[in-house]
Amino acid sequence: MSIDVATAAKVAKLARIKVDEDALPALAQEFNAILGFIEQLEEVDVSGVEPMVSVTPMDLPRRVDVVTDGDQQAKILSNAPDAREGFFSVPKVVE
Amino acid sequence: MSNLNTLTIAAARDALRKGDLTSVELTTACLSAIDAADALGAFAHKTPELALERAAAADLRIKAGDAPDMCGIPLGIKDLFCTEGVPTQAASKILEGFLPEYESTVSGQLRDAGAVMLGKLNMDEFAMGSSNETSVYGNVVNPWREGNSETALTPGGSSGGSATAVSADLCLAATGTDTGGSIRQPAAFTGIVGLKPTYGRCSRWGIVAFASSLDQAGPMTKTVQDAAIMGRAMMGHDPKDSTSADRAVPDFEAMLTGDIRGKTIGIPTEYHMDGMPGEIENLWAEGAAMLRDAGAEIRDITLPHTKYALPAYYVIAPAEASSNLARYDGVRFGYRAKMAPEDGITEMYEKTRAEGFGPEVQRRVMIGTYVLSAGFYDAYYNRARRVRALIKRDFEQVFAAGIDAILTPATPSAAFELGKEVADPVEMYLNDVFTVTVNLAGLPGIAVPTGVDRNGLPLGLQLIGKPWEEGELLNTAYALEAAAGFVEKPGQWW
Repeated sequence: MSIDVATAAKVAKLARIKVDEDALPALAQEFNAILGFIEQLEEVDVSGVEPMVSVTPMDLPRRVDVVTDGDQQAKILSNAPDAREGFFSVPKVVE
Repeated sequence: MSNLNTLTIAAARDALRKGDLTSVELTTACLSAIDAADALGAFAHKTPELALERAAAADLRIKAGDAPDMCGIPLGIKDLFCTEGVPTQAASKILEGFLPEYESTVSGQLRDAGAVMLGKLNMDEFAMGSSNETSVYGNVVNPWREGNSETALTPGGSSGGSATAVSADLCLAATGTDTGGSIRQPAAFTGIVGLKPTYGRCSRWGIVAFASSLDQAGPMTKTVQDAAIMGRAMMGHDPKDSTSADRAVPDFEAMLTGDIRGKTIGIPTEYHMDGMPGEIENLWAEGAAMLRDAGAEIRDITLPHTKYALPAYYVIAPAEASSNLARYDGVRFGYRAKMAPEDGITEMYEKTRAEGFGPEVQRRVMIGTYVLSAGFYDAYYNRARRVRALIKRDFEQVFAAGIDAILTPATPSAAFELGKEVADPVEMYLNDVFTVTVNLAGLPGIAVPTGVDRNGLPLGLQLIGKPWEEGELLNTAYALEAAAGFVEKPGQWW
């Protein structure tokens, strides 16, 4: 599998990381080096093997679906780059 | 007493209890050592006032009697652990200015036991790196040097600040985290002990997430006994982490008899790598001989899928990272990029993440995004998870065949020069070749310093144990440590 500049641009877009156009060829090359390394996995016979979900066989614990926490608005907003009137503030989302 | 900062946890604990010294004295000694060691770059955020306050409180508690082992012990805390009111950045620009409103479970357990936090330790950004060169705070330097050379060496990574701080006696011990070797590799590079517990032993709650199915916190200490003491204080069930194990944590220190007679130690054939320095091979053979002399049986074993551990890791870890790091979007905490008037929310995300994440983090987030994207999920991510199941099965089979622990080198080389391997990411990834299998299989592993190379740099061996058997693993490590008799310290040049 070889990654071209258009694919690198698409991946950057999906990851929501701005990459300048002139940096894309080098990025694509790096991806190819890493993917070339990863492609060794194709040599392994994995027929009949289930993908591992959890490294320690365990059932995830459950609890009653009730509110156990809350009323911490000031704490939750304390680290926001921009908080106003008790809300996180972001630029316009819809035109 | 002089040079209090060079004490082990065990020695300090005993002296504190006897009243031979106070935590304030001990803490003051460490704070002076830290202030004199800025050239090492180990501490990213110093918290001297908080430390002295906690030390004074610890002294009162010790005087009142019945204080826990860690009471009054000065520690460094890796910057990956959220610490209430104290900057926590995961060595990333994207968490600039972040002041947690809460304490991670592990650092909270240590705090509640009376341990004294001296400050936050430098590391690779988001724990992604093997040389501590991806940090927004700058490089950490290894206190060890090759003979009389002034060349700066890496302490390893990602817990490079923790390793340097313990090795240079800036603190008695430090917390680390290990996703692919980030406790054990830096421990080996700096001549200290590093324990990665079984996955699920230490709560991940409040630790900045990298790859959630692999991340595990552990102690980085001067001795195996200290790893036993501090490890016990860090472990335990936590309802706030759904993968935290609801199992009792034994008194590991009480299990350190040094008696390993009748134990069977496996030597995996696949860990003899092409091009590995002869010194590492010799160290490994010597380690096996030491364990044999201590009464263990040494047996060659095979872990056939070892070769595929690193490639599987470099699918799974970036995949999980791309998902975990999606939360850094400039909205709720940390850095937000300056925007142009016409920018909308997508531009805010893209600029924030481009400016906030360093190159290695961006690279891994994008690789993770790619392997999880439609059309490649099965070919990369699911295949890697299948290979992971096979790697774990390799270990299960040797343990079922009567192996009690596995002995391997900790790293394929001694500490290398800063800047040497930065250019090639894949070359850098090979640092974790002996450690990454352990994370994929969720097992406990420990790095123990056992010798020095011809340039006088420390080298370590790794012991891998059965799940939840940290006590037995520590005891085997204790026997190895005693036989190796590693006592070298770096000469103080800083």
